Amino acid sequence: MNPVEKFGKVLMDFTVEFGSIMLLVCSTMKQIFLPPPDIRNIFKQMLEIGVRSLPVVLITAVFTGMVFALQTYTGFKRFGAESLVGSVVALSMTRELGPVLTSLIVAGRAGAAMAAELGTMRVTEQIDALETLATNPVKYLIVPRFISGITMLPALTVVADIIGILGGYAVTVGLFGISSTVYWNKTWNYLELNDIYIGLIKACFFGASIAIISCSRGFYTTGGAEGVGKATTGAVVRSSMTILISDYFLSAWLF
Amino acid sequence: MIDVVGLHKSFGSKKVLQGVNLKVEKGESMVVLGGSGSGKSVLLKHIVGILKPDSGSVVIDGVDITSLNEKGLYEVRKKFGMLFQGAALFDSMKVWENVAFALLRSKKMKVKEARETAVERLRMVGLAGVEDLMPSELSGGMKKRVGLARAIAHEPEILLYDEPTTGLDPIMADAINDLIVKMKQQLSVTSIAITHDMQSAYKISDRIAMLYNGVIIETGTPDEIRNTENAVVRQFVTGSAAGPIRIEGVSA
Repeated sequence: MNPVEKFGKVLMDFTVEFGSIMLLVCSTMKQIFLPPPDIRNIFKQMLEIGVRSLPVVLITAVFTGMVFALQTYTGFKRFGAESLVGSVVALSMTRELGPVLTSLIVAGRAGAAMAAELGTMRVTEQIDALETLATNPVKYLIVPRFISGITMLPALTVVADIIGILGGYAVTVGLFGISSTVYWNKTWNYLELNDIYIGLIKACFFGASIAIISCSRGFYTTGGAEGVGKATTGAVVRSSMTILISDYFLSAWLF
Repeated sequence: MIDVVGLHKSFGSKKVLQGVNLKVEKGESMVVLGGSGSGKSVLLKHIVGILKPDSGSVVIDGVDITSLNEKGLYEVRKKFGMLFQGAALFDSMKVWENVAFALLRSKKMKVKEARETAVERLRMVGLAGVEDLMPSELSGGMKKRVGLARAIAHEPEILLYDEPTTGLDPIMADAINDLIVKMKQQLSVTSIAITHDMQSAYKISDRIAMLYNGVIIETGTPDEIRNTENAVVRQFVTGSAAGPIRIEGVSA
């Protein structure tokens, strides 16, 4: 294959995949609004994606807040701005680190699980079986995961924001002896509601992306056990890339 | 009645079905024979509307399902029950929840009633006391039985069997054959089974059709097929490696 053919193939593959994801988005949107809602499955997925991701999100958030405070303090001390550590931690957590790190963790945890589960269901004909039992697989499998992604990611992000800021507080006040009043004053003075909203909008978008990309990888799996493995890897890689790349454009747009 | 007319289907450059014609009367038990990779499963998936043909039609009781919208298709599918090759049980659910799936979702039955129906259907296929197990705790033969119980739970008019005896030992395979015959007698369903197991085919069928190179090359009663003049069919039913059918990838 010469380079031009190779480039063409990559482009074609990308177009096919992008197209199939968009088609899945369309049918998911259609099925979301078709009654009756599948409450039981939605709650089950919320538990899986939201609640079960909580421990690892908490650990990530608290240590991110702590290390951020540590580094910022070291840097800011050089020009005597230690008192501003609180606001830097709060801004970074709410606007950037909260939504992005939470989403990356959920992509690795829940996204991989979604792709593996749906992929296995596809190769063992369980998805065909759903069809023969007069159940729409998009409504039964993808809609609950999509709704959970779009709601649980912002919820997890709020928790990550709070815990990250508390982590920063612990290091700044506990370790470096900055006064507690100064930390909170600086945090509240410079943090706007807008910063939190921007983070949450991003989290919503990331949650939707993780669910759709991972479900689509699983849903269109071919080729047995190897195919399921590839689908799982593909889901995590593509979700993570989408989060990191779209994060820049969303940030620029929502600034 | 099921009427498949001029069905064509290709996957990429691979032509799988090239004009399949097949008629199955109400209450009849049809077996479609074919080698591995001959497109038997693809044909079955067209009949239940999971796959869309490139051209041709599938008429179920006077309705061409290839032109139906999604809602109409799901309505027609309620007439069907299908037993998959690997049983395709939902492994996240208990056995009774698998059997009761259609009852709970499309028939909106109460949980208690659905469970009772599921237990009764499991008894029909010779299983008792397994309702609270998970599919992973069952043997291959038991999975097929549960799959069959799930397929008949919503009282379908048409039963489709995808290689019902593949992967089972001869005794278990014969037990499944007996069950298929029993289903036909008790529920008076129309059925289509695809298989390459001749013993099973002779036992469960009213008529047998042979799929070869993407078309049905012969249809007849089990006796007609057993005494066929067609060299391809004869090679297949006698199970000989020598004959007009060439094994793919193996040189003569």
